[in-house]
Amino acid sequence: MIYAPSTLAVVIFMAFVGATLALSFYFGGKAKSASGYFAAGGQIPWFINGVAFAGDYLSAASFLGICGMIARYGYDGFLYSIGFLAGWVVALFVIAEPMKRLGKYTFADALNSKFQSRGITFSAGVSALVVSVFYLIPQMVGAGALIKPLLGFSHWQGVVIVGTVVTMIVVTAGMVSTTYVQFIKGSLLVLFSGILTAMILWSGLSTVDYRPELSAPQTVFQAEAGKHKGKKLIDGIPQGTKPGEHDLRPVGRVSRLPDNMSATGPMGPWKYLQTLQGSEVVLWTETSSQVELVWPGDVEPTRGKQTVFSPAPTSGAEILRPGRHPMFKGIRSDDIWSKLNFISLMLALFCGTASLPHVLIRYYTVKDQAAARQSTVVGIATIGLFYVLTLFLGLGAMTSGTIDLTESNMAAPLLAKKYGELLFAIISAIAFTTVLGTVSGLIVAASGAVVHDLISSVGGVKLTDHEKVRIGKISAAVIGVIAIGLGIVFEKFNASFLVGWAFSVAASANLPALVMVLFWSRTTKQGVTAAVLVGLCSSLGWIFLSAETFEKVFQFSAADAAKMAVVPFNQPGLVTIPLGFLTLIVVSLLTKPQSKPAVGDGGTI
Amino acid sequence: MAGFDHGPAADSEPDNPAVSARNSRYGLFLFTIYFTFYVVFVAINAFWPDVMSRPVAGVNLAVSYGLALIVAALVLALIYSWLCYGAAKPQAKGGRS
Repeated sequence: MIYAPSTLAVVIFMAFVGATLALSFYFGGKAKSASGYFAAGGQIPWFINGVAFAGDYLSAASFLGICGMIARYGYDGFLYSIGFLAGWVVALFVIAEPMKRLGKYTFADALNSKFQSRGITFSAGVSALVVSVFYLIPQMVGAGALIKPLLGFSHWQGVVIVGTVVTMIVVTAGMVSTTYVQFIKGSLLVLFSGILTAMILWSGLSTVDYRPELSAPQTVFQAEAGKHKGKKLIDGIPQGTKPGEHDLRPVGRVSRLPDNMSATGPMGPWKYLQTLQGSEVVLWTETSSQVELVWPGDVEPTRGKQTVFSPAPTSGAEILRPGRHPMFKGIRSDDIWSKLNFISLMLALFCGTASLPHVLIRYYTVKDQAAARQSTVVGIATIGLFYVLTLFLGLGAMTSGTIDLTESNMAAPLLAKKYGELLFAIISAIAFTTVLGTVSGLIVAASGAVVHDLISSVGGVKLTDHEKVRIGKISAAVIGVIAIGLGIVFEKFNASFLVGWAFSVAASANLPALVMVLFWSRTTKQGVTAAVLVGLCSSLGWIFLSAETFEKVFQFSAADAAKMAVVPFNQPGLVTIPLGFLTLIVVSLLTKPQSKPAVGDGGTI
Repeated sequence: MAGFDHGPAADSEPDNPAVSARNSRYGLFLFTIYFTFYVVFVAINAFWPDVMSRPVAGVNLAVSYGLALIVAALVLALIYSWLCYGAAKPQAKGGRS
């Protein structure tokens, strides 16, 4: 669909950016020590840190991706919400307090607390960098994808604007400004998602707007060669808003309500779910193929990709059960690999959260273990509330006649537009601050790994406090530039696909080592180093050799990708997380020290 | 914004190994409860997906179980916080006496 850029959205976005930069420069003038730059001096109040956890963690994939997935396919998107939230249980019950007790700047500190091994620092530093970069790419791609329809800029302009603002936030004041940007973002995201949900419930469900003619199939043809390359035909007519041009219709309507009602009026959240379950909603299926057709006014045919969107009236009971999205439909089949793929994904989501470097470093920004624990509880409350809201935002978009069939990530902003330009502008601006908050946390984590782990500890370069801050700022700027470059290069990449990678790699590389260092007293430094490297390489290798990569990265057809895949299912976690644990145990047993090891934290359990 | 002057790290509460060990035991116990709850959810979805359509409290099991997992995370987090606070309090009193 073609969107008219919103002046109000541009103004509010600029106001958000101006406010966050002003905050950064305010704190930047006070930046003095490495502890202050990388860990906010351990002085962030636990409540602010807890909400900042939400601002750090709730990326564009959560806000835009999950809402879009629920809007198009129903319950399956909510599986991500459940998995993303459940991972915080690992963070609170297993990781939070020991992380604070054992570390100072990076999670390598905690791993290395009783070994002082350069091998551990190197492997953990590399892992933090790889995971952070994997996580950075989809955020930057998401920023570029959003900025065009919302603000009217091109993809590369969007990536450059967001990348520059984020880099300035981090370079000026490090973790303090990053924390406050994340706090503001987390607060606004939950507040306005709540407002939008209240509007959805107040509006209720209705068949008033439903007309069968609005449910006619729609066809999109995108030219891939010749003079029309990149342009689209909608139902055989060039896409546009001028006379003689045509655009996709927004879709998503209730076709039948229980007891043949035409409108429910305001409802409570539980009643809303009950009513939807007894209703029928027109969802849309899509099939794509390579075709040649004659462009209007031409003689020669043009080659391109044609996608046909067809209406599929679907019962609410079917919408509110898992297994409609292509990624999850295998769980309704008898194919054991599909079931294992699902289990593997849910395991990676569960284990990945407590392994993400940008989440882990937030435990160093509070003063003690009690504050680490309390801030995680606040984080769980904030994030949990948001993920409950995603279900209603997605279902609201599904039934509000606002879905763009070619861009499901726009479901939440377009839903907001139904309730007025101001709410659309605010939600759009929040979508960008979502990117700002997460990217700034990732850049701090990555620059900390470069300075503290790789240059200072592994490289053996003696740095003063002032030099650490200076090199940290230079590293942040370099990583920011790299993120901008990757965001432009990976424009066509599927953002949620890369987020899934990051979770799987983080869970496989970091969690086994973290857990075993904390709870197994026979862990050795060689075991930790081997577990991190094996987890990192095996998960990356598994992903690289999967059918999903052959199809989505190397652009093979689904059938060819399935034949070329070396591994039996796409998600690595089910194999590579246990492999990390096994590697650590075997290597530790083979390299156990001659003398009796000192009793560390593992001995306290 | 007093207190955020980028100065040196604030002094942390002194680490009490007994309290840390007790908190870890509480944490592992609550983690086991939640993990079991989560594993059952994933297993039903993977191997008996039709069960997720069964009604529970007016909506299907998929919705009610999913929401219950989110609520349970918060409830267990609050219980953990309360247990740890209770564990730390006598230690703190003992430390002062």
